[in-house]
Amino acid sequence: MKSKVIFLTIISICLILPSLAIGQNVLIKNATVMTAVNGTKQNTDILVQNGKISRIGKNLNAGNAQVIDASGKFVTPGIIDAHSHAMMDSVNEISYAVTSMARIRDVLNPKDITIYRALGGGVTAANLLHGSANPIGGLNTVVKFKYGKPIEEFLIPEAPPGIKFAMGENVKRARNAPGQPRRYPATRMGTLEVMRDAFERAKDYKKKWDDFRAGKMRTPPKRSVELEPIVEILEGKRLVHAHGYRSDEHLNLMKLAKEFGFTVSTLQHGLEAYKIAPEIAKFGTGVSIFVDYWGFKIEAYDTIPYNAYILWKNGVVVSINSDSGERIRRLNLDAAKAIKYGGVPEQEALKMITLNPAKQLGIDKMTGSIEVGKDADIAIWSKHPFSVYTKAEMTLIDGEVYFDRKKDIARRSQLAAERKRLEAMEPNLPPNKRGKSKKPATKPKPKSTPVPEGGLD
Amino acid sequence: MKRLKTVISYQLLVISLFLLAVGSLFAQNGPADQNLTGKAGTFAITNARIVTVSGATIPNGTVVIQNGKITAVGSNARIPGGAERIDGKGLSVYPGMIDAGTNMGLLEIGNAVIGTVDVAETGNINPNAKAILGINPHMSHINVTRVNGITMAHSMPRGGIVSGQSAIINLNGSTQDEMAVVPQFGLVVNFPQISTFAGFSFLTGPRFIDFNQAIKRRDNRVKDLKDAFKKAKRYADVKVAYEKDKSLPKPKTDLKMEAMIPYVNGEKPIVFSAQRARDIRGVIKFANEMKVKAIIYGGAYAHEVTDELKKNNISVIYNRVHNNPNREDDPYDLFFEAPSMLQKAGVKFCISTGDNGANARELPYQAGLASSYGLSPEEALKSVTLYPAQILGVDKMVGSIDVGKMANIVVTDGDILEVRTNIKHMFISGRKIPLTSRHTKFFEAFKDRKLGGK
Repeated sequence: MKSKVIFLTIISICLILPSLAIGQNVLIKNATVMTAVNGTKQNTDILVQNGKISRIGKNLNAGNAQVIDASGKFVTPGIIDAHSHAMMDSVNEISYAVTSMARIRDVLNPKDITIYRALGGGVTAANLLHGSANPIGGLNTVVKFKYGKPIEEFLIPEAPPGIKFAMGENVKRARNAPGQPRRYPATRMGTLEVMRDAFERAKDYKKKWDDFRAGKMRTPPKRSVELEPIVEILEGKRLVHAHGYRSDEHLNLMKLAKEFGFTVSTLQHGLEAYKIAPEIAKFGTGVSIFVDYWGFKIEAYDTIPYNAYILWKNGVVVSINSDSGERIRRLNLDAAKAIKYGGVPEQEALKMITLNPAKQLGIDKMTGSIEVGKDADIAIWSKHPFSVYTKAEMTLIDGEVYFDRKKDIARRSQLAAERKRLEAMEPNLPPNKRGKSKKPATKPKPKSTPVPEGGLD
Repeated sequence: MKRLKTVISYQLLVISLFLLAVGSLFAQNGPADQNLTGKAGTFAITNARIVTVSGATIPNGTVVIQNGKITAVGSNARIPGGAERIDGKGLSVYPGMIDAGTNMGLLEIGNAVIGTVDVAETGNINPNAKAILGINPHMSHINVTRVNGITMAHSMPRGGIVSGQSAIINLNGSTQDEMAVVPQFGLVVNFPQISTFAGFSFLTGPRFIDFNQAIKRRDNRVKDLKDAFKKAKRYADVKVAYEKDKSLPKPKTDLKMEAMIPYVNGEKPIVFSAQRARDIRGVIKFANEMKVKAIIYGGAYAHEVTDELKKNNISVIYNRVHNNPNREDDPYDLFFEAPSMLQKAGVKFCISTGDNGANARELPYQAGLASSYGLSPEEALKSVTLYPAQILGVDKMVGSIDVGKMANIVVTDGDILEVRTNIKHMFISGRKIPLTSRHTKFFEAFKDRKLGGK
């Protein structure tokens, strides 16, 4: 019996191990490699073993690795979007002013087509944030876009947990439109007080637990799913991603952070951050911006496309995000705008969509640049990624190909035929043509309900 | 005493300078910016690469601008005495780009700043609403857009079913008249479509109606539209009859019907907003039935209707490049590729942003994206210069670098469609436009700011 178990174990190990290894061994040959940290290297190979970058150099030996010929092509780290609502079946828990109990992890759809379209733009990872309806919003999730895999494989276990904060118009508007039940806060004054109150309550809550753990109290305090994440912020275990547009809001949040002794990982949007770049640099928070999207509301009216440049010049870690299932497909061109407006150096502009967002999300040890030892999260481009004439041709995550333009094109005729076949089926015919088809009736294709892309993101 | 006087006058000077500075600060933070209108004169851009668009590119030549027009182009162009010379060495001369689908000047801040929004009139049938009368010449969108090389825009009202009349404007001028190139170009019609969407509220989310109800709603709206057109035709007939025979009762003036006459008569084009294939087919059927001139605005799925579009000689102002395909099973790059499908099929098309104005500066990059997914770079350039000029009927005036055309010219240090290219000089109607905008002003004010504001 025992020998049987050992035999089966050995067999299964033999079966599993090579399949793991072979699937993720890749040699990208002869590319122009933009490393995001060590400059651009011509005619260079990247060897990927077990999903990690194992060697970067010339004329590397493929061994058992699958070879991707990238002659004449450009390779960059996979793009990381530090502000996205892809995959999310819901964005805002509007009800309370503090919704730190709401978890984005609970509403993720691994089959969202946005993921595939983003892969088609060279994106490999994203920060999935709760909306901006609340001063303290829900808990975000950082994922790799492993389209086709179960949701568990999207998650990055090493990524530190985070939370969304929000200030300004969206918070004010969330529950104060005519005909809606009103909710505190309705002003920027109240927004800050809601935050302050939450931190005061969290401090008390933490003290109760500290006392209990120290044996000063016999019975454990009642657990609060609202305050636990805020305690984690105070303990430095949870990253704060704070939505805001106006510079005065950023400054007030930084004051609040000093008052309670926590740090802010990113100012999200930060459209006026350039007005207070030295203050932000001194405080040490990152800023994640739209590079040039502006003017859609009054608090977005004072931003300028030179924002990235001024922040960078002051030494702030800047990332360029999409906050959109459309824009996420062309973040490479958004990064090029950081060069156009002000003159950020090429590598620094590339960092703004790769290494910098990785830093802001606490995953820069594993991804965000082309370096030995890092995860093989890689985009292969037909031309320079900052040229309008380029397109992503392949996108790899952990060395596995998740987007291949050639395969995509090859599959199209088959998809079109399938669509035609389905459209010709009885239930899908227009009312005036029904009853003439001889094909047996089948169940209609389930229609997906359009999900609005967060009005309050 | 004299010294005291000097001190006082010095103080007065300082105070008045300070007040001036404060005043200009307020002006800057107001809801609009004074758009600098630039200097008129005679200019010669020499030693430049000239991308004429209409013909071959001239590797090294001169463009002369006089009295607002292009007066000479070529390697042997004669430079008039007194012309201001601009050294074009290493630079390229392009015709200014044209965004054929915007609400430029009609909507500054859409979200919750209603005072800056003049894009949609009340009611469904508003043919007499004229965009040109709502355009704010001092809107910041104008300076922000033009410094990216866009010199002209088609600005459209967008409300109801018949939204009103669009205007073709130069992105320069202190008054609406100075901006107007064609003050009343087309009648804008939102062609009714089948849509189950019935509004969105933050409280309950989106609301939808039954599909059959949606069909009925569309049919009713098409009927409303037809009725309006038929009524306008009758109105025109009655007017003509009265002109011939004054003994007939004098018809009462109806401003809405009056406004529709040139459009229902087929003299002027109607810009039909339509995206899906069945809506575009609906427009074609409607236009043929009513015998009117149609242009499709939107055209997301126009590539599925190319035969009908060609047969009926209908052009497409395509505005979907920066949009996701409607269907999940559409190719991921469908709307990047669609312009090239229209081009290959021989449909007259151009690329527009469809933006309210703030982000219309993306126009060259949208054409560039369409190029990376199929259009040749030459066609991509035409799709934002000559083609929009042709569709808007102003190609005799703009859209290429040719003698006699309006001097709407952009001088760049590289490919005009590339993000990293910089605009070095630009002219609108022969005026040399300062390359400043709301954004450069704020950049200058904050780029060197130090801690504590010093």
